[in-house]
Amino acid sequence: MSESSVKLESLLSRGYSQGFVTDIESDTVPPGLDEDVVRLISRKKKEPAFLTEWRLKALRHWLTMSEPRWAHVQFKPIDYQAISYYSAPKARTDGPKSLDEVDPKLLETYEKLGVPLHERARLAGVAVDAVFDSVSVATTFKERLSEAGVIFLPFSQAVQQHPELIEQYLGTVVPHSDNFFAALNSAVFSDGSFVYVPKGVRSPMELSTYFRINALNTGQFERTLIIADSGSYVSYLEGCSAPMRDENQLHAAVVELIALDDAYIKYSTVQNWYPGDAQGRGGIYNFVTKRGECRGRHSRISWTQVETGSAITWKYPSCVLRGAGSIGEFYSVATVNNRQQADTGTKMIHIGADTRSTIVSKGISAGHGQNTYRGLVKVLPSAQGARNFTQCDSLLMGGECGAHTFPYVEVKNPSATVEHEASTSKISDEQLFYCLQRGISQEDAVNMIVSGFCKSVFKELPMEFAVEAQNLLAVSLEGAVG
Amino acid sequence: MLKIDNLQVSVGDKKVLNGVTLEVSAGEVHAIMGPNGSGKSTLAHVLAGRPGYTVTAGTVLYEGHDLLALPPEARARAGVFLGFQYPVEIPGVNNVYLLKAAVNAARKQRGLPEVDAFDFLGLVREKMQLMQMDDSFLSRGVNEGFSGGEKKRNEILQMLVLEPRLALLDETDSGLDIDAMKVVAQGVNSLRSPERALVLVTHYQRLLDYIVPDRVHVLARGRIVRSGDRTLALELEKRGYDWVTGQAA
Repeated sequence: MSESSVKLESLLSRGYSQGFVTDIESDTVPPGLDEDVVRLISRKKKEPAFLTEWRLKALRHWLTMSEPRWAHVQFKPIDYQAISYYSAPKARTDGPKSLDEVDPKLLETYEKLGVPLHERARLAGVAVDAVFDSVSVATTFKERLSEAGVIFLPFSQAVQQHPELIEQYLGTVVPHSDNFFAALNSAVFSDGSFVYVPKGVRSPMELSTYFRINALNTGQFERTLIIADSGSYVSYLEGCSAPMRDENQLHAAVVELIALDDAYIKYSTVQNWYPGDAQGRGGIYNFVTKRGECRGRHSRISWTQVETGSAITWKYPSCVLRGAGSIGEFYSVATVNNRQQADTGTKMIHIGADTRSTIVSKGISAGHGQNTYRGLVKVLPSAQGARNFTQCDSLLMGGECGAHTFPYVEVKNPSATVEHEASTSKISDEQLFYCLQRGISQEDAVNMIVSGFCKSVFKELPMEFAVEAQNLLAVSLEGAVG
Repeated sequence: MLKIDNLQVSVGDKKVLNGVTLEVSAGEVHAIMGPNGSGKSTLAHVLAGRPGYTVTAGTVLYEGHDLLALPPEARARAGVFLGFQYPVEIPGVNNVYLLKAAVNAARKQRGLPEVDAFDFLGLVREKMQLMQMDDSFLSRGVNEGFSGGEKKRNEILQMLVLEPRLALLDETDSGLDIDAMKVVAQGVNSLRSPERALVLVTHYQRLLDYIVPDRVHVLARGRIVRSGDRTLALELEKRGYDWVTGQAA
């Protein structure tokens, strides 16, 4: 490298980081991770001592671990010391200032999704807080919930207002030492959501993180904790969209769900992080740990995910079925196009008697995409009469993509019933011609056939999400056939 | 309406149509008969634009336009309908959804707004009644788990809703018992009108007892070897295909 180009590069990078530091000096920390950084994050958030200690414990454990490589995905090693682990929401000097500065292709996508204009601006990462009256929205919303006794707060506020609940439940499903990315998250998580639904309460509305998408742009390490007390019910929706960036971004979130006796948690995700461009440049590394524990008798946890975005998706929303008669469900659609890679699935751990689990996975591969289903059904000796049904279907579009299925089954109780069905198919010429002969365009026909393939998962989504999911699928598979 | 002149078609190296010439006017019903492998289904598929066939010679004019130049979806939107012999299943795609998408695609072509969902459902129900189909059809996937007879009824139902100008029905009678055939014939007959033309591809004459054709053509070895009125079909039934195919040799 010549001297001038070295100079140029250092100028450029200095310009970037200075922009960050000078503008909002007090709200950022320089790249790198050590105990001081963790203490700083905890101090900025005015956290109680137990939480600071917990973060430090996680960091110390993380330092002894190495990045896992067993997934069927490929990526360059991540330099964890090059990441800045804390920055405040309004520090975004690199973000576009108005919609005019946003890539038109991205806006086109939002238009196709039917996202309202002000929402589009927010999704694109434009700071439009002044324009969009998010405060009042949040207020009406909070009032209705608090009347019902439901606590729904940003994680950092919950730490201040309900430290006893955090201390009691945090890390009880995903321990600080669980895995490399969960340990990292435990040490540095910035914010996230906290939900507590009291005994016997049915949440009066679906809770959604869509309202806080702005905050998501800054925090790549969110932490979500949902507790459904005995006999309660809550449906939680998580929608993710990210601005386009040329560099890969690590997103290592942790979600913990706890369902007590007879409680039911329904957790739905529509994940549309930036997938990178057609050549595989940029995009999010979505390395997420999601686990729910059916702690009480006859409790139920249901995961539904539609994964269309991210350069790499690596996640296994799982259920620990501890309570007798508890139910775990996993419904998944994962799509890969261009150079996207997905290694996703679930773990169903049957501990209690008469526990039941259902797994329905639909993988769609197009372009050069690689799609892997990886699932574990484990029945412990205590799980008398446990039952599992698994269905894994793969749909291939074109000849350059791949679909892989790794189902692991460990049964330690002879009374258990475990069923597995799998299929791999292509969109047949017959089906396409049938639609064309009815006057339907090739693009619409493909979308229709793919949606049909995913129907058993889409029907698990709340209505408005199901529509969005179908539209997303159409956008992400654009140009996959023909 | 439809003018086929010296149509020659190959599949791979094999020649399947050896110069078919046929003219169908609006308001007419034509039956194409012939033994297995005579090329009658090929003719219907080529007219609908199914991939995999190579037209080596000849022309097809539909309402004065070069039909073969259009992609299959454009032919459909221009009013060409193919009733399939073996309708394919499309799991998870709702019957009504597909049908509505089809109607809207044609409307869009003509610059019309999308059909009102409520009115559309009313129309579909009305046609379903004619085809003696029960309500469960509305919630099922396209041909998903349908019996052979149900699939054929569904084809006719789609035709009734789409109201094509030229309907090609490929072996619509195959696999139908006599009661189902009557229902199908009733559906087809309800669509007969001076502006429309129907081409029935069939192996047996019994369908023609219920849908009476204006003209009957016998196809053998890829060309029309004899044409006549409906009495030709009756004679064929009596004397067998050897009678005409033998003559052609």
